Amino acid sequence: MNLERIRNFSIIAHIDHGKSTLADRILELTQTVSKREMRDQLLDSMDLERERGITIKAQAVRVEWKGHQLNLIDTPGHVDFSYEVSRSLAACEGALLVVDAAQGVEAQTLANAYLAIENDLEIVPVLNKIDLPQARPDEIANEVADLVGDDASSVIRISAKTGEGVADILDAAVELISPPSGEPEAPARALVFDSSYDQYRGVIAFVRVVDGVFHGGEGLQAMAAGTTFEAEELGFFSPERTASETLTAGEVGYVVTGLKDVRRLRVGDTLTTAGRPATEPLPGYKDVKPMVFSGLFPTDSDDYPELRDALERLQLNDAALSFEPETSTALGFGFRCGFLGLLHLEIVRERLERESDLDLIVTAPTVAYLATTKTGEKVEVHKPTDMPLDALLIEEPYIRATIIVPKEFVGSMMELAQDRRGTFGHMEYLSEERVLLTYDLPLAEIVLDFYDQLKSRTRGYASFDYELIGFQEGELVRLDVLLGGDTVDALSLIVHKDRAYGRGKALVAKLRKEIPRQMFDVPVQAAVGSRVISRETVKAKRKDVLSKCYGGDVTRKRKLIEKQKAGKKRMRQVGSVEVPQEAFLAVLNLNENGK
Amino acid sequence: MHTGVDADSDRGPVRHLYVHVPFCRHHCGYCDFVTAVGRLSEHSGYVDALLVELGREEHLLRSDTLDTVFLGGGTPTFLESDTLARLLRSLPPGREVTVEANPETITPELCEVLLAHGVTRVSLGAQTFQPELLATLERQATPEIVTGAFTTLRQSGMANLSLDLIYGIPGQRTEQLEHDVRVALELAPEHVSVYELEAKPGTRFTMAHGAELTRQSDQLENYMELATQGLQAGGYRWYETANFCLTQEGDARDLRSDHNLAYWRGKDYLGLGVGAVSTVGEQRWKNAASVSGYVSALANGEPPVRSNEHVNERLRMWERAMLCLRLDDFLEEDVFSDVLDPQGVERMAVRGLLERDGRSIRLTPRGRLLGNAVTIEVLGEPGELGGSDSATCR
Repeated sequence: MNLERIRNFSIIAHIDHGKSTLADRILELTQTVSKREMRDQLLDSMDLERERGITIKAQAVRVEWKGHQLNLIDTPGHVDFSYEVSRSLAACEGALLVVDAAQGVEAQTLANAYLAIENDLEIVPVLNKIDLPQARPDEIANEVADLVGDDASSVIRISAKTGEGVADILDAAVELISPPSGEPEAPARALVFDSSYDQYRGVIAFVRVVDGVFHGGEGLQAMAAGTTFEAEELGFFSPERTASETLTAGEVGYVVTGLKDVRRLRVGDTLTTAGRPATEPLPGYKDVKPMVFSGLFPTDSDDYPELRDALERLQLNDAALSFEPETSTALGFGFRCGFLGLLHLEIVRERLERESDLDLIVTAPTVAYLATTKTGEKVEVHKPTDMPLDALLIEEPYIRATIIVPKEFVGSMMELAQDRRGTFGHMEYLSEERVLLTYDLPLAEIVLDFYDQLKSRTRGYASFDYELIGFQEGELVRLDVLLGGDTVDALSLIVHKDRAYGRGKALVAKLRKEIPRQMFDVPVQAAVGSRVISRETVKAKRKDVLSKCYGGDVTRKRKLIEKQKAGKKRMRQVGSVEVPQEAFLAVLNLNENGK
Repeated sequence: MHTGVDADSDRGPVRHLYVHVPFCRHHCGYCDFVTAVGRLSEHSGYVDALLVELGREEHLLRSDTLDTVFLGGGTPTFLESDTLARLLRSLPPGREVTVEANPETITPELCEVLLAHGVTRVSLGAQTFQPELLATLERQATPEIVTGAFTTLRQSGMANLSLDLIYGIPGQRTEQLEHDVRVALELAPEHVSVYELEAKPGTRFTMAHGAELTRQSDQLENYMELATQGLQAGGYRWYETANFCLTQEGDARDLRSDHNLAYWRGKDYLGLGVGAVSTVGEQRWKNAASVSGYVSALANGEPPVRSNEHVNERLRMWERAMLCLRLDDFLEEDVFSDVLDPQGVERMAVRGLLERDGRSIRLTPRGRLLGNAVTIEVLGEPGELGGSDSATCR
């Protein structure tokens, strides 16, 4: 296809602002999918995506519009997946910025729009849901126009639900977005912007061809990894995989590589042909680094090998997921996993439980710390018990948070940010009603319940996004929990020293309630180093026996014992103390105010 | 004191017979036994059916005097005295013959009937001596009726009396339980059983009193300890989790309930009547609860509706160990090595919940109060063999 007739663009939108619905309408309008085949959120192929109404994996689909080839690259909207967004954007020349006409610009929209602008993408502003009674199209159009530095009249007003205005978008895409620039005659180069794994066909690379032409059956090379393979098949999505002879400069499509190991073809790598290789790779992406870590342990220790297999399977489609074996005295064998953020953790956990039928204990998420030891060595710490007790210096990751709230919540937002060790950045009025705040905060303060707090304090009106801004020194200490005198490794936390007391007290109080009474007193303690800062006791039970037991009761009594025995098996043993699995979740929802 | 808990139940004919009489004047709210209220007209027909069932199963029993016969309920003494006499007359003789009775049914005439038909022991459902708590339990008797019944039995010459007490009654205060124990001690029965009130979920009683029980639960936890200590201080031997027998200087009698000891030692027993359970060899069966179904089946020459359970040798061994841990008898580790978890035994010993005498073990007093938890530690898995309920069949 002639470059002039190709347009590559993605859709940027906040969750629930109608991105997937718009994609559905575009597929319909361009007759890529017949009415009969149509279903909601067609591009979101995972059950989880449909259920939650979110996009997790990027998708690319080719449609025809008035003699042009439009490649629509659907991207995830959540902050955790912004790396996917940036990858997708690199494959595009333009982006549709979709904003809900009732909700207005949200923090994520802002972040992704800025990302697109930074990448020199042409922005097509779109106001969706104009059919809603509570829509404020004029006001929101102004917000959007301010954001992209355009005139409010240039904002296309549509209803993805009814289809109104969708054709205007496609026309605008053809008109406004530049055709891809590339050298059709040069040695072939394509950017791998995502990949998926097919059990039978191996790694399938999603590519944007920049220069030259690729043919099916041709020998290919991944320039960074040095991997060579044969293009078993290539083609485009329509929206199913549709094989074609070639993929030419400017086009978006897929390459079936037959590779069985995802590590041999990383997202961000450049493909070229073995016969006439390019000399320079395309600019790639920086590797995404997981910043949130959590231990995943099977409830039933026999499931350990299955958990490993399941994680490996997930990793095939989720390059950002990292894991390494972890052994906990309390929880046994499991994996310490690295995630991009909390939603990522949540999704991985849910996919593991759902797709592999595993029951998991997930320990409290922690962030990556940098500790400088006495010998001057700098070590990265991914779990609290690895934190050297004699570290000279501990640095923790900081983020810059962008928060958009209705003005009446500014006070309570500031309070929350302050409470979480935030440093105020700036504040501006997006409109008369809505205020944008920025704060620099330790990531650790975000991973536990910041988002929940944010939502509850603003009755759900706040939106929030963040980017990592680097490491900063913090006055941090390791808080350990002891049960019956034994440290429970799975419950250790790294906290700011001013918080240690409050956290320790709340944690101990919570655990006292979660741990069933045993045959002996169980002291529950929180300690920083050797200093105990809080202590409570789970009193021994004084009676646990079936009082009546005659000839007719024997079977019942036996079954009761069997049941109690089974219940005991589900408990985790910490020294001689039996701890129910739920107790390990106690650290996840701690409220220091006891509310 | 390595008494009589053998690895094998003595093979051969069954020596212990249980007979269930379900009738009561009133179904007390807390009771979960198979009972049928009133139905005076059915009593005689029921006894006929019992005797037919006895006839069908008699071959399992020892042909001469049985070790024990136990007539339980319900309220066996609620039967018309002619009917009761006919039943007692028709049962095989036993060395220990116990009849359960409710205080309001005790009369000098009844006592005569019992003594005349070989009854050696009466178990009297006193429950408590507090009028308001008796009312809560929906018992028909007042404290005066309870003590009066006891005196009547004594004066009639019944030499072996057992008293049932219940603790954990909604609203029961510590001093009320202490008072109950004191009154029991004053009456000086040969035997006392002390049960915790079990409020089963979903019952009428739990509906009415559940909230109060939850509120009291911390306090109630001490009640068992209180009762066991009170009775032991009064000269009773705490020989089973819920049972006590009088020991007095100069009295050589072993006043433990032989019938119930047979259960706890894992002996075979035959149970007749609705809801009754039998265990013979590797078979355990339970008669269905319906009185009319029971009566009509036997009248038609058929066996009563039963559910069967296969309890293989190992399972019975496991049960025997489980039951024996309720006794103050020692259990020989070597004999029960198949079902014991040596590490669990060790752990419990270290915790002071279990004591050892050579290669024999038993629970300490504190261990007995935590009997379930300790049993779980001490015993291995009951095993997959057997123990499954087969379908109900006739």
